[in-house]
Amino acid sequence: MLILEGRKVTKYFGGLAALNQVDFEINQGEVVGLIGPNGAGKTTLFNLVSGFLPITSGEIRYKGKKINGLNPHQICWNGVARTFQSIKLFGGMTVFENVVSASLFGSKRAISLLEAEREAMELLEFVGLSLVKKSLAKDLPIAFQKRLEVARALATRPDLLMFDEVMAGLNPVEVSQAMELVIKIRNKGITIFMIEHVMKAIMEVCDRIIVLHHGSKIAEGRPEEVANSPKVIEVYLGK
Amino acid sequence: MFEGIVIAGLIMGGIYSLIAVGLSLQYGVGRVLNISHGEFIMLGAFATWSLYTLLGVSPLLSLIICGPFLFFLGFLIHRTLFQYLRDKSESIGAFADSSLLASFGLLFIIQNIALLIWKADLRGYSYLNSPVSILGAIFTANRIVALFFAVSISLVFYLFLTYTRIGKAIRASAEDPITAQVMGVNIHRMLAICFGLGALMAGFAGPLISMMYEIQPTMGIEYTIIAIIVVVLGGLGSITGSLIGGFSLGLIGSIVTYFNPGLSLIAYYVIFILLLLIRPTGILGK
Amino acid sequence: MKCLNVITKRPFTVVGILLILILLALLPLYTKPYPVISLTNILMYIILTVSWVIFSGPTHYISLASAAFFGVGIYTSALLGKTLPLPAVVISGGLASFLLAILIGLLTLRLRGMYFIIFTFSVSELIRHFLLWWETNMTGTVGRWVVMVSHTTVYHIILTIFVVTMLIAYIIRRSRFGLALRCIGEQEEAAIHIGINATMVKTLTFAISATFMGAVGAIMATRWTYIDPRIAFDPHISFMPVLMAIFGGTLHPYGPVLGAAIFAYLEEILTTKFPYYYMLLFGTILIVVILFLPQGLFGLIQKWWKGGSGQENANP
Repeated sequence: MLILEGRKVTKYFGGLAALNQVDFEINQGEVVGLIGPNGAGKTTLFNLVSGFLPITSGEIRYKGKKINGLNPHQICWNGVARTFQSIKLFGGMTVFENVVSASLFGSKRAISLLEAEREAMELLEFVGLSLVKKSLAKDLPIAFQKRLEVARALATRPDLLMFDEVMAGLNPVEVSQAMELVIKIRNKGITIFMIEHVMKAIMEVCDRIIVLHHGSKIAEGRPEEVANSPKVIEVYLGK
Repeated sequence: MFEGIVIAGLIMGGIYSLIAVGLSLQYGVGRVLNISHGEFIMLGAFATWSLYTLLGVSPLLSLIICGPFLFFLGFLIHRTLFQYLRDKSESIGAFADSSLLASFGLLFIIQNIALLIWKADLRGYSYLNSPVSILGAIFTANRIVALFFAVSISLVFYLFLTYTRIGKAIRASAEDPITAQVMGVNIHRMLAICFGLGALMAGFAGPLISMMYEIQPTMGIEYTIIAIIVVVLGGLGSITGSLIGGFSLGLIGSIVTYFNPGLSLIAYYVIFILLLLIRPTGILGK
Repeated sequence: MKCLNVITKRPFTVVGILLILILLALLPLYTKPYPVISLTNILMYIILTVSWVIFSGPTHYISLASAAFFGVGIYTSALLGKTLPLPAVVISGGLASFLLAILIGLLTLRLRGMYFIIFTFSVSELIRHFLLWWETNMTGTVGRWVVMVSHTTVYHIILTIFVVTMLIAYIIRRSRFGLALRCIGEQEEAAIHIGINATMVKTLTFAISATFMGAVGAIMATRWTYIDPRIAFDPHISFMPVLMAIFGGTLHPYGPVLGAAIFAYLEEILTTKFPYYYMLLFGTILIVVILFLPQGLFGLIQKWWKGGSGQENANP
């Protein structure tokens, strides 16, 4: 079943096309990677899906329902969550407060503070941050901050979770831990769409990979196919 | 009539451009929205008045006195106050807020000092008051002289920014402070210089204004607002934009004044608000 | 409800506050007029500052529109004072400001940082200049007279507004709404992605804060009896709450109260004894606070109190 699809997604900034007629599909339960050189339009695509930027033309559907044109908070309520390339935590608030906020506001439901706090605790344990729950988010090391972003996104009870370079800045040990977390999340039934530059992670974790370059999709398929595609190799290694 | 309106617009526009360029330098490079900018203009105007009425010094000579003096004042204030805030601030946003508030404090202090020295009354003097006819419209000679100097200073400054080494360093710092530092620009000194240059512009505008209008120690804020409007109109960070914006706003003001004198400031505000709502980046903004 | 929790957990604080309020309410009975009038003024500034902090505190959007809301309250009083009873006038003043704030909010809350500050200031100034021009050119008479009210009544009404403002500020701060505001202030982009309708939250809070400014404007008009656009929309009213809040400290709820009280008292002393120096003093204090006391006076007091032990309770 399709959980997310984009048809002829196009985004112009002034005269510059950041995304040009991109089609993509994500099935429920998949882990799909989104790769491409810097400036390919990957984060722009996420910004369109999450509703942060308006689409110039084309359509994005989530579970069959058109979502381009909705506000980000509405899209979040529908079940789409994301993390950010440059960490956007509530720095002056504690780890616990960061997640509780998302539990409280992330879904359109009546929930008591007590329940939200309980859910937040569960999530902090799930990502392994329960020991630092009283620390201020801005005081955490990068690996923990990334995990906090994940926990916060999970607190909004998404069916689709978009990771924007969640492994950037992590050392190899931390990358492995992050990969385990991604798999744990997938096993909970959440579909994952991830932008990543850490190739090892992409290759091992993703079912499919989409490749963008200069705003267009240039390749798509299983990791081995994409890794061996001459076009992709040229884009990454050539010129 | 038409020529009269245009020339009047250019005269005002010349002043607007000067003060806008000054503010633009302080904000574009230093990220300080200097709400006390008008107070520096006021200081220049009153210093000129004092020099003329007490010592008979020509306002045109005051240009050379007030300009550099205010440059050094601005440089010092930045080196001490704003640099300290910059070093202490956690983020550029926090610095923007605290520097704005600090410049508020400066506004209060400078205005109060001026009130103590010169009292609250309107002051004026007559200099080059004889009427002159330009293209059929009649102006006092001092206005034409003011226009000449405003345009010349703007031109010289534009050339300075475009062709000299320091000028290029300034533009580089405005566009990309980090790379500029990598290329060897002493960014701390550059920021202070830019702030000082902003004050320099105020130091030029003040004498010119005092030649044409009556002045009061409370005159500053209106000029600051006009400078802000012009900077946003022309595009934050664009010096050329401030120049074009200044003359544009001057012309608009002249046209509105022709129909109803009290409405020009209101017209500026309306334009400004519309601008912020429709195109905050301004005419030439990034 | 949470309020009941507070009463049961800290009965002494609540009783203490009630006692102080009763004492304040009875003040006119046992003092001469001057302290009552003085306190009225101080309360006005406290209300303005506390309401300003309701919105600008957590979101860090520095609003300079306070003069617009205060002025609208004043003019409501001038226009309706003869036809409606006083409480209705005050409420109308609040309501008018509420609506103006909704309008401004919907227009501008897409603007951030500097743009928002300048925009709010411009709106305030535009209203002032426009009304002045209108009254000069269109109606021929500048200014209006307002129905006069006894200073005791003014005092009691302002005291009521003060209590309501503090209550609402407290409720907002402790509620989910307040949490949403803090999230917006911390990282707005993330806040909207976790389901917070930032536009609605900001606009509503902005409007609530404006309501109290309008109400206090409506009642203060009756104290001044003569008003015109320059008095009603004086930019001073926009700058002072910012100064007072920063001086007092925006992180702690009593910071604005302390800041406003001290500044208002200072202003009164200075305008009578050293009328030519108070701007100088205020400016210097502002710069000193920004340079050396980022948490304001209350932050300083808190540091002394805690003396280095234990954590800071950011949400009392």
